[in-house]
Amino acid sequence: MQFDSFSDFLAMGGYGFYIWLAYGLTYGLLIGLVVYCFWEIKAFHQHFRQKLARAARIKQYQEAEH
Amino acid sequence: MFKWLHPLAKPETLYHFCGRLFPWLMLSAVGILLFGNLWGLLFAPQDYQQFDTVRIIYIHVPSALLSMSTYTMMAIAAFIALVWQVKVAQWSVLAIAPIGAVFTAISLLTGMAWGKPMWGTWWEWDARLTSQLILLFLYLGVIALYGAFSDRQTGGKVASLLAIIGIVNIPIIHFSVEWWNTLHQGASITKFDTPSVHPSMLWPLLISLLGFYLLMLALVCLRLRTAILENEQHRPWVRATLGGH
Repeated sequence: MQFDSFSDFLAMGGYGFYIWLAYGLTYGLLIGLVVYCFWEIKAFHQHFRQKLARAARIKQYQEAEH
Repeated sequence: MFKWLHPLAKPETLYHFCGRLFPWLMLSAVGILLFGNLWGLLFAPQDYQQFDTVRIIYIHVPSALLSMSTYTMMAIAAFIALVWQVKVAQWSVLAIAPIGAVFTAISLLTGMAWGKPMWGTWWEWDARLTSQLILLFLYLGVIALYGAFSDRQTGGKVASLLAIIGIVNIPIIHFSVEWWNTLHQGASITKFDTPSVHPSMLWPLLISLLGFYLLMLALVCLRLRTAILENEQHRPWVRATLGGH
């Protein structure tokens, strides 16, 4: 371990601001990207299910008319 | 190898292949990335000139290397898409582009946060920094060009063409530190010689790099699955897979 205490670790020898800025931006962007990729596939699933349900409803009405 | 590779050109096979790979890639990526970064932050030694700011290396170098290898991967997919007209290669170009763009943005931002305390400036129009910024614009250009056409196929072709042309920027980025006088230091890992980084820093760096690589592959798998579903949604296998009637 390179640091004696937690506050020592946060201070990073006086360069804490720059190091935590870099790590904060990196993890912020990475987490954002991962969430976006999961959201994309989930949104498609939802859209696809709605489309199937709509097609099924239309078919049902058409059959009822005849 | 082609016997093994060839079935993957079929969207349905590739969809299931990516689905099987994804959980393993994603879990190992998170574990390895956190392990490498925490090693770098907590246990790796200080640099005798740069003190603790050297700890930015464990995210800066992996993201910068990844921004270039992701681009190369995208350009190869674009080449396959244009020459052999492989549909899934075309879709993967667009699946890869946003991921590469994020890695490029990370390398630029972490570089700025490192440049301010060590060089005294957030930004300098020097060869390495400028060529890396161009890489970001190339990624954004590929995404924007694809979106600019109402016809998906035409957009895909034009975007692939830009991806292939843009590959000239990759050696320019790599050799920029040798060809021009720049603020940026020269290569210390990716050179044809033994790396000039001490093992106590090299190991956490290589582990972080592996973590970034696995994360990139995991996200490409995930986005490729989405792209395959979107493009094939009218086919019966999609309906069968997603639990249709």
